[in-house]
Amino acid sequence: MHVVVFTRSTPDTAAKVDVGGNGNVTWGDAATVVNPWDEYALEEAILQAKSSSGKATVIAIGSDMHNEALKHSLAMGLDEAIRIEDPALESTDGLAYATAAAAAIKKLGDVDLVIFGKESVDVGTDQHTYMTARKLGWTMLSYVSKILEIDPAAKTIKVEKMLEEGKQIVTSKLPAVISVMKDINEPRYPSFIGIRKASKAVIPVWSLADLGAQLPAKRTQSATFKSMPVRDVKVELIEGDPEQQAKILVERLLEEKVL
Amino acid sequence: MSAVFVFIETFEGHAKNTSWEALGAGKLLASGLGIPLTALVFGENAAAIGAEAGKYGADNAIVCEDATLKDFRLESYAALLTKLVQENQPKSVVAVGTSRARELLAASAADTDSGMITDAIEMSLDGAIVKVVRPVYAGKLLSDAASTGEGTLFMTIRGRAFQANPVNESASAAVTTAAPALSEDQIASKVERFEAEVGTVNLTDAAIIVSGGRGMANNPKDAPAGTADAAVWKAQDGFEHTLKPLADVLGAAVGASRAAVDAGYIPYAHQVGQTGKNVAPDLYIACAISGAIQHQAGMRTSKIIVAINKDGEAPIFKLARYGLVGDIYKIIPALTAELKKRLGK
Repeated sequence: MHVVVFTRSTPDTAAKVDVGGNGNVTWGDAATVVNPWDEYALEEAILQAKSSSGKATVIAIGSDMHNEALKHSLAMGLDEAIRIEDPALESTDGLAYATAAAAAIKKLGDVDLVIFGKESVDVGTDQHTYMTARKLGWTMLSYVSKILEIDPAAKTIKVEKMLEEGKQIVTSKLPAVISVMKDINEPRYPSFIGIRKASKAVIPVWSLADLGAQLPAKRTQSATFKSMPVRDVKVELIEGDPEQQAKILVERLLEEKVL
Repeated sequence: MSAVFVFIETFEGHAKNTSWEALGAGKLLASGLGIPLTALVFGENAAAIGAEAGKYGADNAIVCEDATLKDFRLESYAALLTKLVQENQPKSVVAVGTSRARELLAASAADTDSGMITDAIEMSLDGAIVKVVRPVYAGKLLSDAASTGEGTLFMTIRGRAFQANPVNESASAAVTTAAPALSEDQIASKVERFEAEVGTVNLTDAAIIVSGGRGMANNPKDAPAGTADAAVWKAQDGFEHTLKPLADVLGAAVGASRAAVDAGYIPYAHQVGQTGKNVAPDLYIACAISGAIQHQAGMRTSKIIVAINKDGEAPIFKLARYGLVGDIYKIIPALTAELKKRLGK
């Protein structure tokens, strides 16, 4: 089975993110990391490729900043990495991303399963995952917390999905696109040998022309960024023994009308 | 005449409460553009819910009750939404950004090559252009996004960011029925079964959240002899027998920090923060949570934050309106008792 997983580099989640003078997003000298949600997708791609004696390919769309995430993926054990970069994809939206992603999967040709992390932690979007499935015309299974069964011969998949109200057990046909949740697996750390191998890897770069993809007209304007308004609170420390603290707090919360 | 569409999410034959907030946001657009507001309701009991939408400000409702739409499945729902968008060319399709609505609107936006903006917390109109403010970088920054004013804009709003329209009991929506777009044999995915999570309040809809962190392990109770991991037992017992009673008296949902989830104290579904849920309740009570930046990102827009922590220097106190320094295992039971008394429960 050929499994494809998408990833991207994002600022370290502990980084203090801010807006620079020219309106760009800055994160000081903090490192970029693999989008935290993608670690579960990468691990699942490795596991599923291995259990079906297939292969796992990782793709990133964007500038060479994303080589970081691709090299981490290779070091974890992904078989191949590809980066898609094109001037037309700069300041891209979900629709453009999905169009390029679907074209790349079609170019690879033999893909049975596409895995995404639940969302991109930086720009806070997940629409590209569902949009990619639609552009491929494949079934989308989102918020997967467990792959219960894959039958590569019969081309079927059975998963457990998380919903707000509980869990759903769903079966479908392959090829399919899935997005995975945090508790699906325990992502491995790259091995020392893996890191050495990945550091030497030359990652091919595909353009939209290589993919034969044409982007749809852009229907959203490029976003601009601003800092969060400072949270204008002064903490009132409530002192006393626990009973007194409780009594005063309940008074205050009743005054605030939040009970 | 074109319209603003609002997707009313349902579950087991009932509208989700937050769906009415989407009609509130949709009304802002529809009034500004001078076009009607149309509620879309698919699945069990759709006709009755469509009629109910009239009381919440919908001028029209398009409904479809069909066996293929009983469970939410992206294929059947998206095919129908796409068909309705192609036939009616609405200016916008709005929904609260629940897990289902996020994927439904994205799928239809892809089908129709339309623009999409997610997680709006503010919205305004500039002529035909819709301008939106949305949190990014896990709530560390804000982003200004806008449509081009052409085509249909698909937009999800954050739950609890927009107000529902006031209920008007005498108002009604003109309900029309649509035919499903797919038949069962055209749908690849089959829902085998559903396992409800019992007794928990949905974090993203909750008006009050009580969360526990790593310090839940400082439970003074002794773990039974032979317990493999005493800290895990103590924390789990604390969530169940100390935190949960407080949540129950408040009608609150139980949340947790990543540290508590990763340590195995409580399932991941409860995690608030960057790799968990983003929440914005009226009241957020953080118990034994130090307040790592990743946790703050998921809860900092809560209206009132209360921090209870034994370490008075913990970063969470910088966000809190009220701070209680002390032992949560003494303060929480006292708080639960006081609330029972004051709220008459």
